[in-house]
Amino acid sequence: MANVTLRNVRKTYPGGFEAIKGVNVDVGDGQFCVLVGPSGCGKSTLLRMVAGLETVTGGEIDIGGRIVNQIEPADRDIAMVFQNYALYPHMSVFNNMAYGLRNRGMKEAEVKSRVDEAARVLELTSMLERKPRQLSGGQRQRVAMGRAIVRQPKVFLFDEPLSNLDAKLRIAMRVEIRKLQRRLNTTSIYVTHDQLEAMTLADVLVVMNGGQVEQVGNPLAIYEKPATTFVASFIGAPPMNLMSTRPEEIRSQLAGSGAADAGILGIRPEDFVITDQTPADGVVLPLTVEAIERVGAETFVYGTRAQDEQRIAANPGELPPGEVIVRIPGSEAPPIGEKIRVAAMRQKLHLFSGDGRTRIEA
Amino acid sequence: MQKQAIFQSRLLPYALVAPQLAIVLIFFYWPALQAVIQSFLLQDAFGLSTTFVWFENYIDLFKDAAYFEAIVRTFFFSFAIAVSSLSFALLLAVMADKPLRGSMLYRTLLIWPYAVAPPVVGVLWIFMLHPSLGVLSRYLRNMGIDWNPLLDGDQAAALIILAAAWKQISYNFLFFLAGLQAIPKSVFEAAAIDGARPMRRFWTVTFPLLSPTIFFLLVVNIVYAFFDTFGIIDTMTRGGPGTSTVTLVYKVYSDGLLGGNLGSSAAQSVILMVMVIVLTGIQFRFVERKVTY
Repeated sequence: MANVTLRNVRKTYPGGFEAIKGVNVDVGDGQFCVLVGPSGCGKSTLLRMVAGLETVTGGEIDIGGRIVNQIEPADRDIAMVFQNYALYPHMSVFNNMAYGLRNRGMKEAEVKSRVDEAARVLELTSMLERKPRQLSGGQRQRVAMGRAIVRQPKVFLFDEPLSNLDAKLRIAMRVEIRKLQRRLNTTSIYVTHDQLEAMTLADVLVVMNGGQVEQVGNPLAIYEKPATTFVASFIGAPPMNLMSTRPEEIRSQLAGSGAADAGILGIRPEDFVITDQTPADGVVLPLTVEAIERVGAETFVYGTRAQDEQRIAANPGELPPGEVIVRIPGSEAPPIGEKIRVAAMRQKLHLFSGDGRTRIEA
Repeated sequence: MQKQAIFQSRLLPYALVAPQLAIVLIFFYWPALQAVIQSFLLQDAFGLSTTFVWFENYIDLFKDAAYFEAIVRTFFFSFAIAVSSLSFALLLAVMADKPLRGSMLYRTLLIWPYAVAPPVVGVLWIFMLHPSLGVLSRYLRNMGIDWNPLLDGDQAAALIILAAAWKQISYNFLFFLAGLQAIPKSVFEAAAIDGARPMRRFWTVTFPLLSPTIFFLLVVNIVYAFFDTFGIIDTMTRGGPGTSTVTLVYKVYSDGLLGGNLGSSAAQSVILMVMVIVLTGIQFRFVERKVTY
């Protein structure tokens, strides 16, 4: 029905603060796009700009082939689900959903059939006469969804819609949202700070940091080939281990593998194995076990390297320098204080330039 | 957690509340009791003899057309003051709620009039609208309006309503602004996305969500218009011309202190006391229970 294109979109506040520093994103028709990043990265601002709730100070926002920069939110043919749901507290569930339709002068019979249909899909039929304060968090969330879908807009916008729900409900609603979006096939833009939500929902994942896009693409492609150290440590939990290539111990192991320019080496926790052998082509690190986390199906081993004073730019979710996380299956783990050797295969290594801004393919 | 404080002496707690009790008893209950007693008495014109007359003062009052007029006038004033002050304050609050530069400054300025004492308000408005001295009176006359509130009773009434409403705007503004800020911004944003234009958004979202505040202020404003407008009336019109701006409270004063009819004045103040009790009762009953939409 509509694709959404952001061309060099910028947002500068009157005080001179640049919240969005030129963003280019293309969301195809019917695609589910997720904007993810740490708080303050500008993802919500960007979404609100698409909605028309924030002015655009540079670039163009194109919804379905129409530049909407100067168009009122009501006329953009979008619907938005807010973090706090923003239900009208004085209206019944039915009226909450019908409000947007009545405002547009729709006939009452049509309003009723649309609301009833949405209520049936979202299992709200028995609650149509209730006020929002009589509903649980999950039910309110569904009403907010219902209010969006009755309008049958070109684009759905979601602003952290699940962050007020408890962990279990969040997972259930995540799946519901995905199914609903697939069925309706409506272009969607979804903002979250939760990388797991981002990974599971997105067709197109946009990783943002400091008002800029760090990387755009398929979630798995981003996971496998993060473009920067920021993306590497933000996507994936626990985060990727990042270390300087300067210490002799690492430099010597990387020699001759086309990694001469690399300043930072990244290895995901699950790509390590604890072994006594030295693989033909790869990296081996000696570690002292500091802590163990058993989750059942898997175990995380926290170890420190012998000597590593080299500090790498601290990013959100990044490990302290010198610490390495290793993920091993099952619940068998070495005792605390033991010295172990962990190895990673050559093809599992991620190499970045010294400033962490560029990925180097060896 | 122990909530009750433990006192060594049995007398200490009583001693601690005694000053407050003394103030309440001496300045509130004693005069109230005096008024009730006085309302059953009738004094002769020279104040030499006093007779106990039971309810005669009350019966006379309800037979008196002037008293009935004062009741109607007071209700009309209260209604006019409350409605005009509330609606103007709401308009200002909605405007001031927008994120604009220097909003703190003019929010503060809008609250200032509340700090002005009612008689000063009266003097201020008289200076502006006095038929011969007033700055604005000349413009009104130039516009072809025969402006003379000292002779025209309706104009005098309008002047009182204007001044009294003006003073109360600040108070109402403050509550409306707080009420507006308590509504999450995203509700308005959702309404904007839902296609409601500003006017419709106001009447279908803002106004209903403010209804608890509006009801609370309505009661407060009526009480204000009933009792606190005395200073304004006294400085501006002294109840005149004729009796065209005599409200119930002003009549208590003019009948008792100016007219020397203490018995009737006391009876009137007892009736007013009952009205305050009723209004306060309404306020407690509805406001304390938190009216919700």
